[in-house]
This record gives sequence, structure tokens and C-alpha cells, in this order.
Amino acid sequence: MSEKKLPFERPIIKKLNVNVPNKFGLKTEYDPITSIDGVMVKDLIKEFGSPLYVISERTIRDTYREAKRAFSTRYPKVQFAWSYKTNYMNAVCNVFHQEGSWAEVVSGFEYDKAIANGVQGQHIIFNGPDKTEKDLEKAIKNGSLIHIDHFDELYTIAELAEKMEQKPKVSIRVNMDTGIYPMWTRFGFNYENGEAWEALNRILLNKKLELVGLHAHIGTYIMVPWAYGLAAKKLADLAVGVQTKFNHTIKYIDLGGGFASKNTLKGAFSPGTDTCPTFDAYAEAISTAIISSAILPDHMPILILETGRALIDDAGSLLGSVIAIKRLADGRRSLVIDIGVNLLFTSFWYEHKVTPAQPFTHYTEDSVIYGPLCMNIDVIRENISFPLLNKGEHVVISRIGAYNMTQWMQFITLRPNIVMIDMDGKPHVIRKAEQNESLTSHEITPDYLKKINV
Amino acid sequence: MKIKKNIAISDNGFIFDSNTGDTYSLNPVGTEILLLLKEGKQLPEIQKAILEKYDSDNATFEKAYLDFISMIRQYHLTEE
Ligand SMILES: Cc1ncc(COP(=O)(O)O)c(C=O)c1O
Repeated sequence: MSEKKLPFERPIIKKLNVNVPNKFGLKTEYDPITSIDGVMVKDLIKEFGSPLYVISERTIRDTYREAKRAFSTRYPKVQFAWSYKTNYMNAVCNVFHQEGSWAEVVSGFEYDKAIANGVQGQHIIFNGPDKTEKDLEKAIKNGSLIHIDHFDELYTIAELAEKMEQKPKVSIRVNMDTGIYPMWTRFGFNYENGEAWEALNRILLNKKLELVGLHAHIGTYIMVPWAYGLAAKKLADLAVGVQTKFNHTIKYIDLGGGFASKNTLKGAFSPGTDTCPTFDAYAEAISTAIISSAILPDHMPILILETGRALIDDAGSLLGSVIAIKRLADGRRSLVIDIGVNLLFTSFWYEHKVTPAQPFTHYTEDSVIYGPLCMNIDVIRENISFPLLNKGEHVVISRIGAYNMTQWMQFITLRPNIVMIDMDGKPHVIRKAEQNESLTSHEITPDYLKKINV
Repeated sequence: MKIKKNIAISDNGFIFDSNTGDTYSLNPVGTEILLLLKEGKQLPEIQKAILEKYDSDNATFEKAYLDFISMIRQYHLTEE
């Protein structure tokens, strides 16, 4: 009997505001995301639970190859180094390493992860302000590329070189004005005030260190490719200065990460899919700047890129389920889902794309999407015109591959499974859901507090 | 609960309030419920009519109905 009935949709009424721009955005003219790389969302949730992180191996490889092509068709020697902090799930790192990426790390923890993944020491770039003496010793022994952040570190490395009787391979990180705001000056040595040039002089006069490269990371989500052109030009000028004064050839120029992804920044006027520059645009600006610099053709350095978010954001999705549908006092719809800001750190920066995982009609409601945490900050989308979902139905949050699986917070709930869908469409759990013991096993309750009576 | 007399409801889901000049749009289930309310029908009859036609259950319908009524009130489309 029920086969003959029509599908029930919640009744809704919506006021039409003639000529008033709608802050909730345009009508939903998109399709549901029912599957990822051929695997049904509902099957993934059934097998691996909700919420669930899903990574597409195919998207990682496709994106990487697109970036690699953009640069290597314009510049003779290009090397990517996977930025571990962006996503250091070992399976993710190893997809990049299989594609030929080196590793870029910023802590002893990340360094050891890269070694354990099988990356050769000389293919690890060690960045960041906090490298302990133990970290540095290890990196020197393994011939890793140490990017010096400050003078204290420079002198520590020089002392270790003497003690270990080994010549560490070093670069300096350079910060500079490239016309973008905010200007990051807290990392490395400044270009404009001559500090970077002074650091290079000390390294080359010292002779205990081998200067191999020059590094800059001008910021993140940089929407203007020409800023990279300026950065490349300034590093090239330093390389020419070193060549002229010391007859020393710089092996590589490393322009860091920072390319924008297609996510939409909060408060942005247009969606990120419309405004994000292509890899070709970044590659054109950087290659042109280095090739047209005063560096001699025989001395053309390797171009290293530590691209993070632009290579992994698209490959990650977060699947979840509707917990409740409420009505706020001001009439707006409130949708409570099982994905909170603890799992989606990037919801503080982005207006993430949230899509139902099952077919819906074109009717929408002005909605707020909340996470499940009993905390006011737990908002996934503030204003969204959203189709009419029911309790238990599923949503897909797209482009979450960068920074969420590393900056997530262990807060109120446990972290769920992460699966990677391989090139044949087969899902693999690459990080198991946490259990209470995953956390409580690190706690120690003093004996006198073990007995309670409530 | 009664729908105001000056509210015009079209079969394709539009409402016009001739007192305020405001217009509203409804989805099909919303349209049917509002037309039944306009005829003076109350919850039990409306519930029966909707569940005969649509695939749902009492609890789901009641939750949705109460939510819908709260919006109708908020938009001042009812008398009282
Ligand atoms: C030194 C360095 N390299 C690379 C990256 C990756 O940046 P992004 O994800 O913006 O490409 C970062 C991130 O902050 C960084 O600090």
C-alpha cells in the first residue's frame, strides 16, 4: 500500500523578499553527493560509522599530477615536498611520496614520522622555529636539509657541526615584503633590513656549514600569484649575491606553500571555486621570475614547493548525519549534525560546502548548521539556504583534506575512523576510531583519588 | 486555529496577504495543509488526509505539523 504513496517532505513556508538581497545565498542548484569515487555514502557510513573522514586517493594523485605538470612544463627542475602538518596521516604522506614528493616537517615528531614512512634523510626538509638539539643532531647525521629560522639556531648548528665533525646542509628561511597582508615576519631572517644577507655571510664565512638553498613561505591562502613572483625574485637576488661574493652556487630555491584552495573564506564575496588561481598561474609567476633573474643558466637552482592545502583539500570529505531539526526563536531552521568544530577546525576560516547525501527537492529553508557539542562555538555554517533534511539523513562536507586531520581537537567526543578509497574504489581504514581507552590510557589517577562515594 | 480571511492561497504554492502585501511560497505538503486549515479543518482530519496520501507516520507528521504551525503564527497568517 505504502508503495503508492508520495514521499513525505516536511511542510515549509518561506517569506519572499522582493528586491532584498538574501544573506542566505542563492537557491540550491546543485545535486546531492550520493557517492565518493563510486562508493555510496550510505554504505560508507553503514560500514565505518558516522561521522567519517573519507580521503580519495585518486583525487590526491590527480591534483598532484596537475600541479607537477603546471610547474615542470615551465621550469626544468621542480621538486615538491609534502607539508606534513597539512595532513600527516601516513597513508596520505605515502601517496605523495609514491608520486615523488619529498617531506617537509616542522617538528621532531613530524621528522620521525617521515623517517618511519621510509623517506631518505636527504629528502627531508626540516623547517620551523623549534628544533631541539636532539632533532638537529639526527637531521645532521641523516644529511637532511635544515632550514634555519633564527641566529640562535644558526649558532647551535655550528656548534653541533664541530662536535659531530660533520658538515650540516642548511638553508635560511627568508621573510620579506611581497605586497601581501599580513606580512609574516616572525619566521626566518628579514630580506629588506639586510638580516638575511647577514645570516648568509655568517654561514659562508663560518665554513662549517654547507649552504644549499634559500627558503621563503610568504603566508597561506595567497590569492595573488604575483606575490610569489616577487618572493622568487628576492631569493634569486640573494643567490646572485652569494655567487658573486663567495663564488658559491645555491642548489635550490624553496618557495614554501600557501597556494589557495577552492574553499570559500568566511566573508568572501565570491565562492572560492571562482576565485582560486590555477596551478598554472602560480607556476607562470614563479618560473618567469627565476628564469628572468640574473642567475646564470648553468646555475639555475632546483625549484622546491611545499604546497599543502591546494594539494589535499579537495581529496578529503567529512560524512555525517542529522541528529535533530529544530526551529530557532527567530524562525530560522536549526540543523544539528554529528560533525562538530572539534572535527572540522577549518570551519573557523571557511564557509564549507555542505551537501545532502540523498536526493532532495528544490525547496530550501534559511538554516544554521550546528555541530553536536554542547558549546556555543560549535557552528558549522552560520547562514545557509539548505534543502529539507530529516533526522538520520546524511550530509557530505567537501574539501576538508587540509589541516583538519592534524589540527582536530580532542574535545567532548572521540575522533572517528578515517578511510581512504583506493584507485579501484576500495575503502581502507587508515586511522581507527578512537576508544575511551585511547585517551584514558594516558591518564593517571592518584591512588587517594580512586575511591569516591557519589 | 483559523487562517485569516484576507489570505489568498494558490494551488501552486503561493500565498498573498492582501493586508500587508507580503508574499510567501510553500512546498506541496505545506500548500495542502494550509488549504485544509483554510477550509477550517483541524489536526486529526489534516493528519488523516496527509498520511493517506504521503508516506509518513504519526510522530513524524506531528513534529513537522507543529513546526509548520509555529511559522504560520510567526508570519501572522492566523486569526487570534
Ligand atoms: C614552512 C611551511 N611550508 C609549507 C606550508 C604549507 O602551506 P599551505 O598549506 O598554505 O600550502 C606551511 C604552512 O603553514 C609552512 O609553514
